[in-house]
Amino acid sequence: MNLMLFVVVLITAVALVVAALGIARLISPRTFNRQKGEAYECGIPTRGTSWMQFKVGYYLFAILFLMFDVETVLLFPWALTVRDLGAAGLISISFFIVILVLGLAYAWKKGALEWK
Amino acid sequence: MFDFSVITQWIDQLLRGVMPDAAATVVECVIIGLCLLLGYSVIALALIYVERKVCAWFQCRLGPNRVGPFGVLQSVADMIKMLIKEIIEIKHVDKFLFGLAPYIVIVASVAAFACLPFAKGLQVLDFNVGIFFLIAVSSIGIVGILLAGWASNNKYSLIGAMRSGAQMISYELSIGLSILTMVVLSGTLQISELVEGQADGWLLFKGHVPALIAFVIYLVAGTAETNRGPFDLPEADSELTAGYHTEYSGMHFGFFYLAEYLNLFIVAGVATTLFLGGWMPLHVPGWEGFNQVMDYIPSIFWFFGKVGVMIFVIMWFKWTFPRLRIDQLLRLEWKYLLPINLLNLLLMVIVVVYELHF
Repeated sequence: MNLMLFVVVLITAVALVVAALGIARLISPRTFNRQKGEAYECGIPTRGTSWMQFKVGYYLFAILFLMFDVETVLLFPWALTVRDLGAAGLISISFFIVILVLGLAYAWKKGALEWK
Repeated sequence: MFDFSVITQWIDQLLRGVMPDAAATVVECVIIGLCLLLGYSVIALALIYVERKVCAWFQCRLGPNRVGPFGVLQSVADMIKMLIKEIIEIKHVDKFLFGLAPYIVIVASVAAFACLPFAKGLQVLDFNVGIFFLIAVSSIGIVGILLAGWASNNKYSLIGAMRSGAQMISYELSIGLSILTMVVLSGTLQISELVEGQADGWLLFKGHVPALIAFVIYLVAGTAETNRGPFDLPEADSELTAGYHTEYSGMHFGFFYLAEYLNLFIVAGVATTLFLGGWMPLHVPGWEGFNQVMDYIPSIFWFFGKVGVMIFVIMWFKWTFPRLRIDQLLRLEWKYLLPINLLNLLLMVIVVVYELHF
């Protein structure tokens, strides 16, 4: 039942975009002008493409994010049973979190968290 | 307290009485879709109006006051304007990805919107892993934003999208961890159970110190997640024109605009559900008369009232703090919020294991 509802929600979202774009394309004006198709940058014609190299710093943060996001996923099942596990659960998860924090501390020490 | 499932069951029986089961299911699906769309667009329009009015009051202006009484129809007029604007075809874009990006952004925000419990019995998606599902679908929106910036073939869009991606994935961690902290306290992932469990006090009061820290972190991270307020550097207009949606025009742009306001609503809605009891009235254990009086206020008013307060607070941030730089933004997340969050998680586990909560 829930899965079917999820499909209904997805279809609803796609239908919203399709319907609004369809209406907009029907009633909006259309004029052709060569200048209109240019990239909206600063007024003078764009030089070259924008599909090029960019700062590596973004990639570094994505890698760090991956590490901690997988950690969050692993922690969710544990969070549900923490009441039953009691102190044992607390101690075992502390090891897990300490290892992760060591990773964060390493990245911090190496300067990966600085924006240069 | 009035339960909305009475209405849904009545409609279900009515439909099954006049047509075969399969047809009734299809009609119900259509009704659910239409209600969802109606709620989605009405909330977006209302939020756009509220944002303008609140912003105007903060700056000692009047705000929109021409279209309709007190300007309430201003955002409707804006929507019509957006529909009749030309959708400009840009020459150098990657056409397929450029067209795909608004779909992803809208799908992510509608799916997250459907998870919110608006009132007792009024919730579309109620998975047993509800809150986990909500985090998962709402983070798909980042993909749409990255696609929009990359496909535009525009330097401003590229930088805006990359900043936006770095910011949103970073603050995603804080959102995930602060939600995790509350899951430890409540012991369930299902959103309806989360709300039901707060009948004897909202989680913010039950969890006292760690819950309060998680709440503050959630608010900061939620504001960053919606690219708003002091964290609006992906679309810092003075440096990047409009960030990742620079090349989008007309209704194409409208989708990003819509999704942005809906994400604000979703962040406020999740804050309400997790910390402030969702649609649950304010109950104090032991005060029977007080609890009875509070139960007379319908649950839908409780939910929208709390969400309204949260939205006002997030708007307040926007007009109070100046915009951060990207290095300050990343430092705040990785060097302050994340370590505090991990410590706070352990603190919450101690509180739960040794039964120190209320």
